Amino acid sequence: MSEKTVPTGPEADPEAGPWRPAGRRRPGGAPGRGTAVPARVRLAFAAGTLVAVVAVILVVPLVAGDAATRTVDYDAVLLPPGAGHLLGTDDAGRDVLVRAVLGARVSLVVAVTCAVVATLLGTLVGAVSGAVGGLTDAIVMRVVDGFNAVPHLLLGILIVALYRGSLISVVVSIALTHWTTVARIVRAEVLSLRSRPYVDAAISGGASRRTVLVRHLLPAVAPQSALAAALLLPHAVWHETALSFLGLGLPPHLPSLGTMVADSRDDVLLGAWWTIAAPAGVLVAVTLAVAGLAGWWRDRLVPRRRSELAL
Amino acid sequence: MGTLVEPPRVVQARVSATRTARGGRARTVRRLALARLAVAVPLLFAVSVVVFLLGAASPFDPVYQYYGTRIFTAAEADVARTREQLGLDEPIWRQYLDWAHGALTGDWGMSRSFGQPVADVVAERLPWTLLLAGTGLTLAVLIALTLGVVSAWRQGGWADRFVVTAAHALEGLPTFLLGLGAIAAFAVALPLLPAGGVADATGETGFGSTLRHLALPALVLAVSQLPWLILTLRQQLLVAFADDHVTAARARGLPERTVVLRHGLPAALLPFVTTVGTRLPELVTGVVLVEEVFSWPGVAGAMVRAGLNVDYPLLVALTLLATGAVLAGNLLADAAVLLIDPRTSPRR
Repeated sequence: MSEKTVPTGPEADPEAGPWRPAGRRRPGGAPGRGTAVPARVRLAFAAGTLVAVVAVILVVPLVAGDAATRTVDYDAVLLPPGAGHLLGTDDAGRDVLVRAVLGARVSLVVAVTCAVVATLLGTLVGAVSGAVGGLTDAIVMRVVDGFNAVPHLLLGILIVALYRGSLISVVVSIALTHWTTVARIVRAEVLSLRSRPYVDAAISGGASRRTVLVRHLLPAVAPQSALAAALLLPHAVWHETALSFLGLGLPPHLPSLGTMVADSRDDVLLGAWWTIAAPAGVLVAVTLAVAGLAGWWRDRLVPRRRSELAL
Repeated sequence: MGTLVEPPRVVQARVSATRTARGGRARTVRRLALARLAVAVPLLFAVSVVVFLLGAASPFDPVYQYYGTRIFTAAEADVARTREQLGLDEPIWRQYLDWAHGALTGDWGMSRSFGQPVADVVAERLPWTLLLAGTGLTLAVLIALTLGVVSAWRQGGWADRFVVTAAHALEGLPTFLLGLGAIAAFAVALPLLPAGGVADATGETGFGSTLRHLALPALVLAVSQLPWLILTLRQQLLVAFADDHVTAARARGLPERTVVLRHGLPAALLPFVTTVGTRLPELVTGVVLVEEVFSWPGVAGAMVRAGLNVDYPLLVALTLLATGAVLAGNLLADAAVLLIDPRTSPRR
């Protein structure tokens, strides 16, 4: 949470807050401020969770061995959490903890790849569109509108269905549906940067359009696109797990968190709650932690926005 | 609400606003609809072309789809003849024109995964999806309006803190987990509601039965859409409460209820309606996941089945249908904004 607990539009005074009777006013500044969880605490929670998850992802495969996810043991089917298997086993006798950890690894790697690809594509398109302007800009923005009108998950399903079974098709389907937000942000930023004196100075100094773009505009929008990438991460995790949950995601030898949730649906009805608890818990923890970190960063960079996943 | 003081009309000397006031709203809305139609038609055309090219470039051979496992034993000549009959040996533009001609005349092709014409699949399943999506969206908007107003009115109070925290937490909870959790809680642990489908095994279909089957999926869909709606409305309300006209209303000593509901809320409602419109693609995503989790017999569930079976004609039709629905929804939202905007209201 930012220092300002009152999210405001451009015309409102953030310090004043809404009017309220004096009797209800809290001591010490704006109403509600004294009771909000400090930004530092939330940051610590998010960072701590993420560090813990990454540490577990790095350590558990070392201890358990990479093959543990595929070790099927029909003598140990649906064991509840206990000594041998800390978080129990699934319907094929595989260790839920090891599988959840490896699933988180797969999901995170896919999500990071998607976010990076989408951000690169969006930054490139947005920067060129904003810098060139005119007809190009108009056309590019119509294309962006068009991409936004097609529901993301449907386009994802279509692409994965037609180019099934590979990591690349999943990455492409997520990147293709998520670059537009980055392109919008970068374009707006470039448009505002274009009228700065230092850009005028570069142009009157004889710099070519390309030089201005590469040397002067792109470095200036870099923080914004890095932030956009961070904000895309939870979306990408979410999107990948949703596709995998529907059976249209990663191939079976890459156990994603979404695949695990889908697999455990029937087991849960038999009472084996632990098969879904581990992947669901990791999924929610990772998403919230990444979103929390990204939100904290955004609040520092763009102090007016508050909602964390909404871009 | 009987108020002696008329709510203040925000003075905005925008040219378009005055013109609207004179010309009537119907004309403005009609003009908006025409402008959107001018965008929607080329856009749907472009989407269909792109989808068609995606299909043409994909490694899947529709002939394999046609034959299934029998392709391994089929004679070469037969396969070639089928290919010719299906028009698969023609150039891609020719195939597209054939398909577009069919689509415009109502023939969307055969759905292989359902063994029915695509038009029949859609006609059979669309009402269920509309029922689910409509109920879910209505619930989401109603809950968001209530919680958003309560939360913004007592900003910083316990209700506000609870609502905001819950909204942020829900943002991180995928819809399919929410659905599975709801089934585990309200269908398995406490057997109150059915876990899926639209009818019991007895085949009984009445209003009460449908309502019971609808309750859980619609609620899950609504909750999955809630966080963004609540947070947007709350934020817009906070902005509105700081506006001059709200301060003026308070200075006149109007009751708190009137100030919040008649002076603050209308100003915040415009961006809220726009948000609902722009979030329609997310609603479609939510419907896909909810229908899958609850085995709801709608078109979104059909999309998943079509995807799993590479049922290309159905995939194309449903993608275009969803795009059209999103465009229509955006238009509705913008028209609603025009209609409820007090600045464009005709003079009394």
